[in-house]
Amino acid sequence: MFLSKYISEVFGGVKSLLTGMRRTGYYFTHHKNIITQQYPNQKPVLAERFRGEVVMTHDENNEHACTGCTACELACPNGTIKIVTKFDITPEGKKKKAIDTFVYHLELCTMCNLCVDACPTGAITMSNSFEHSVFDRSELTKVLNKPGSKIREGVE
Amino acid sequence: MEFSLASIADSIDQWLNAHCASWLALTIEFVIVGVLCIGLFAVLGLVLIMMERKVSAYMQLRLGPNRVGPKGMFQTVADTLKLLVKEGLTPAGADKFLFNLAPFVVMIASMLVLAPIAFAKDFVIWDVNIGVLYVSAVSSIGVIGILMAGWASNNKYSLLGAMRSGAQIVSYELSAGLSILTIVIFSQDMSISSIINSQQDGWWIFKGHIPVIISFVIFIIAVTAETNRAPFDLAEAESELTAGFHTEYSGMKFALFFLAEYVNIFIVCAIGATLYLGGWMPLHIGNWEAFNHIMDYIPSSVWFLGKTFFLIFVIMWFRWTFPRLRIDQLLNLEWKYLLPISMFNLLLATLVAIQGWYF
Amino acid sequence: MLQEVAKTDTGDLVINVGPQHPSTHGVLHLVITLNGETIKKVEPHLGYIHRSIEKMCESLSYRQFIYSTSRMDYLSAHINNHGCALAVEKGLQIEVPQRAQVIRVLMDELTRLASHQLWWGALAMDVGAITPFFHAFRERELINDIMEETCGARLTMNYMVPGGVMFDLHPDFQKKVKDFLTLFKSKLPEYDELVTGNIIFQNRMKNVGYISKEDAISYGCSGPTARASGVSCDIRKKYPYDIYAQLQFSEAIETAGDCWGRYLVRMEEMRQSISIIEQLIDNIPEGDFVAKTKAVLKLPKGEFFTRVETARGELGIYIVSEGGLTPYRIKFRSPGFSNLSALDHMAKGQKIGDLVAIMGTLDLVIPDIDR
Repeated sequence: MFLSKYISEVFGGVKSLLTGMRRTGYYFTHHKNIITQQYPNQKPVLAERFRGEVVMTHDENNEHACTGCTACELACPNGTIKIVTKFDITPEGKKKKAIDTFVYHLELCTMCNLCVDACPTGAITMSNSFEHSVFDRSELTKVLNKPGSKIREGVE
Repeated sequence: MEFSLASIADSIDQWLNAHCASWLALTIEFVIVGVLCIGLFAVLGLVLIMMERKVSAYMQLRLGPNRVGPKGMFQTVADTLKLLVKEGLTPAGADKFLFNLAPFVVMIASMLVLAPIAFAKDFVIWDVNIGVLYVSAVSSIGVIGILMAGWASNNKYSLLGAMRSGAQIVSYELSAGLSILTIVIFSQDMSISSIINSQQDGWWIFKGHIPVIISFVIFIIAVTAETNRAPFDLAEAESELTAGFHTEYSGMKFALFFLAEYVNIFIVCAIGATLYLGGWMPLHIGNWEAFNHIMDYIPSSVWFLGKTFFLIFVIMWFRWTFPRLRIDQLLNLEWKYLLPISMFNLLLATLVAIQGWYF
Repeated sequence: MLQEVAKTDTGDLVINVGPQHPSTHGVLHLVITLNGETIKKVEPHLGYIHRSIEKMCESLSYRQFIYSTSRMDYLSAHINNHGCALAVEKGLQIEVPQRAQVIRVLMDELTRLASHQLWWGALAMDVGAITPFFHAFRERELINDIMEETCGARLTMNYMVPGGVMFDLHPDFQKKVKDFLTLFKSKLPEYDELVTGNIIFQNRMKNVGYISKEDAISYGCSGPTARASGVSCDIRKKYPYDIYAQLQFSEAIETAGDCWGRYLVRMEEMRQSISIIEQLIDNIPEGDFVAKTKAVLKLPKGEFFTRVETARGELGIYIVSEGGLTPYRIKFRSPGFSNLSALDHMAKGQKIGDLVAIMGTLDLVIPDIDR
């Protein structure tokens, strides 16, 4: 009894080991299962919703939809966004609040999407770019509104 | 003329003896052999590390090294260059002499074992008449180097790894020795060349059937343990002891350990191929004259290297499939399973050999 | 070193495992006392990755603080966010739309699957088999892709908002999840071939790191760690949240109490998660994915506590509100911390290799322990 148990133990063990070896042997010979993505040569296909960084969308007339309401700045948990506002003089001679610079600290951003959610005019969105490495940290602080851009007509 | 390493060696020998004094010829031959050995070491290290990385990559659904050189073939060369120029640190509180000596002890031990191995027909450095005894004796010197490294590093992880390695190699020497004895019983000789010659009409693994197959399996398990390879890599055990006995080594001293590990694998697989798979003997099947004739055309060195690399592949296959054993399970496996089985197997083999129940 | 050992009366060896060690899965620092290979004492030293998330949350609004909980137990980020959203909803008494509830549960279970896959691979790597790690990541990657498509991120999704979820499901979601499930079910037998059935693995797991039912309760273990000792503690069953009460699934319970029991519980949980996803994937109701909430959330004065079952165990979220814009105090009861406290009990008298296996089966995520 002891002997038969001993022998069946040995054979059971060897069988379980061979099962595992068959599996790795299968993958060794079937190269189509390889899942490596050769990244710099082979760019990954990112989902459209992928959150890479905050961008401000500008149309062809270099106009954006940001009213400078600072809803995003308030929604941001990390102080990533700083909005500097100025007062434009409208043709009617009224003062109107507008953004001067929309400062975005990429180095602080956690891509939580709360600012985009909070924006009432849809001025900012998340872009797909993910290659953010730079040599100097200060390059990560970005101004999102393009130079010379102004607010689109009709956006309040 | 047929390609053979032995004829090249012979012609060099004749040429040297014809052109200079015999003592000078002998010295030059020593130097040539030494250089060849070191060259073999370097090439083996590069090839085997590359092979390991590729084998592991394919088993793990990866591509492996593929950037340096064609298909990544020069990756190990680049790694070696990096290791050569790295600083070799000696930790504070380490026993400097032993610490620096250890990698060389490990290296020299594995270099010594190369001597009796027949790389091709009549191509042996030293055909000693107690070849297998020499191999099993000298191959266990390496553990002294590992113990030295573990002790001298002044690191608790290293010490634990070295102690594990000591216990492991002492135990597994037994069943490795016993399984080698099985073949000695069958071939009735201890020298490597006569063991190979006894396999002229068929390899021992076929001729000796059950006892030899059992001893082959035990031999493979035991040498895997002796070379500290997974699933018996307790001396290194990276998830437990970070890197075990070579935790504190860096640069070229680490590279020597690394190289010695791979050369050891080559050596034990070469011994396995010699004892069980006929060394450089080509595969002959019974009366198939045409087949046997074609097999004879393949150079003997190719046969030897092919068999050795097949065994190396099997050992790598183990490594990339199995989890590691625990230290007490490792010793249980040896003392409760392998040793009794190989002892009974030795009796069985003796019975088979005396009764002549083998082919 | 010799002098150091000689200083102790018993000749014990004290080793620092971590904070930089391959098998502590992060910056856990264990001071272990060894007698030869046998462990006499394990003393975890915490705090290497303490980011004071609880204190940070006190200065964040009720919408903002949820994102930071993804960084606690990053492998079950969704479930952490879910618990926080539940707590805020409890305070505001928001009725979450049926569709949002189903989406949340689907995401939770996908997260649980991904977390358990990573655990499986990491455990195999801890006990020395490196190949399964890559096989586990092959399937986990598909879940990450599904997450990326719907939630916009792969690991720290921040998909749950008070009142529902941030976006609606991606149109391809159902198809992708079904494809994944078919594939994963065909790969699960491979997991068994490679690891579960392996004799070496079984010997490494069985009778290692035993903890009895009573001890598991008194150490406050939860999740698979406690269920392996026979403690029925699945929050999804005991205190069902969202639509878990309407789902058919069984709580994975083992009585062995050792590493092998914990392994089997987690493997069974993977199968249960698959069955939950299968029940829901074709029955996602139409409707809103988020309830209408005010722009500024203010919890009424009081204390609110919710709990969810993360991949590691019970996560409790305790919010004290003074009626202001931000919580007065937030406390997270993280499963990893309590499970880690039982490590010394489990590892005593075992070998060093066992310590690694025990840590692997506890499925420790260090940021979850330190917060």
